[in-house]
Amino acid sequence: MLQKRIVVCLDVRNGKTTKGIRFRENKDIGDPVEMAEAYYRQGVDELVFYDITASAEKRSIMIDVVKKTAQKIFIPFCVGGGLASLDDICRVIDAGAEKVSLNSQAVKNPKLIEEGAARYGRQCMVLGVDALKDDRMPSGYRVVINGGRTQTDKDVLEWVKEAEDRGAGEVVLNSIDADGTCGGYEIRLTKTVSENVSIPVVASGGAGIPQHLTEVLTEGKADAALIASMVHYGTYTTAQIKAELAAAGVSVRLHW
Amino acid sequence: MLVGIVDYRAGNLTSVCSALSYLRIDFIVGRSPELLQKCDKLIFPGVGEAAAAMKTLRSLGWDDFLKERIQGGVPMLGICLGHQIIFEKSEEGNTDCLGLIPGEVRRFDSAAGLKVPQIGWNTVEREKESPLFDGIPQDAGFYFVHSYYTVPSDSNVILGTTDYGVRFASAVNFGSLFSVQFHPEKSGRFGLRVLENFLKF
Repeated sequence: MLQKRIVVCLDVRNGKTTKGIRFRENKDIGDPVEMAEAYYRQGVDELVFYDITASAEKRSIMIDVVKKTAQKIFIPFCVGGGLASLDDICRVIDAGAEKVSLNSQAVKNPKLIEEGAARYGRQCMVLGVDALKDDRMPSGYRVVINGGRTQTDKDVLEWVKEAEDRGAGEVVLNSIDADGTCGGYEIRLTKTVSENVSIPVVASGGAGIPQHLTEVLTEGKADAALIASMVHYGTYTTAQIKAELAAAGVSVRLHW
Repeated sequence: MLVGIVDYRAGNLTSVCSALSYLRIDFIVGRSPELLQKCDKLIFPGVGEAAAAMKTLRSLGWDDFLKERIQGGVPMLGICLGHQIIFEKSEEGNTDCLGLIPGEVRRFDSAAGLKVPQIGWNTVEREKESPLFDGIPQDAGFYFVHSYYTVPSDSNVILGTTDYGVRFASAVNFGSLFSVQFHPEKSGRFGLRVLENFLKF
């Protein structure tokens, strides 16, 4: 039976892991390669590096992080943030990432999903969506881009369906409303999308306690749950979270 | 021992290479059969689409080379797409494949409410004792990413099966040919152990 995945997200700025709330107030919390290796040993199922480096010239630091990580950890990892062209995607994949995540750039240039999928296959192309609650939208959620600062006219569900048609193999749904609050995932968001698309859905934003993961992986019908603060500050270990999920009847990888 | 990695432009070989480097194994990546003539063992990875992969394999002469090597008893490990196109035929693009093992490749039925591709960790139930799984517990997870699965004609070749809507052959062995649907190079410590076990043959 396919197991539910626990994905740890590392926001990386200028080669350092950082953590902020609702994309603001970032502070550095460690070396991404060392942290990735530690999480690998603790049994995390997958990692995501999200590059929030502002200046384009410093982006090559991220490629270095990817290369070093690929030499040390043998689980899949995804890289997102600022990938704007097929060349950018190639650089990350060739450095050893399993997948790339496209967010704002996919909205601005949807053909990029098709180009990436044609080159590396759908399984490499992850759509990242920042979703903002908005009752005026058909699904109840609006796509926002540029780190949550810019609203678009896209409905979240419609956009995920379009991206799936264009070649996205997976979607990470980040709730802007829940992100960094530790108050729980936006269950209705993941459930709505998961029931209406055929690609796996990764829930993101809002995890504070293991119960939140259980909720989104059962009631919320997510295939994977993304966490950051819960483990970055030592509040929980991946093993503790997995043990709680297993006790609640969620199938997870317990032996690594 | 020298290991040859078959490069037929199907996906990214970085992780396979990283895993072998980590295990301190000497290997070369061959973009054409001549380059792998001297290899004692072959790894046949691959991610992508069956029809395009077969076209490239044939145009570079890999199909004859791989058949010869297998007939000569050279151990080979197929991975993912490499696990699928060793069979005779694939539903993906209705493609004639290498035919190194009798059987076919079918698509998961997404109409059954199944997410396709299968992406994530799943277990491999052992159908047969094999040194390929030496030292690996039954509940070990392996990382899978695929939309198609293999159906061998002869169930005797099946080493392990995995359940995803259907129970399919996720590890097979036929003569010196071994292959797995999952990615051992991305399946943590137990995945690396599968590679090590193969390299000991």
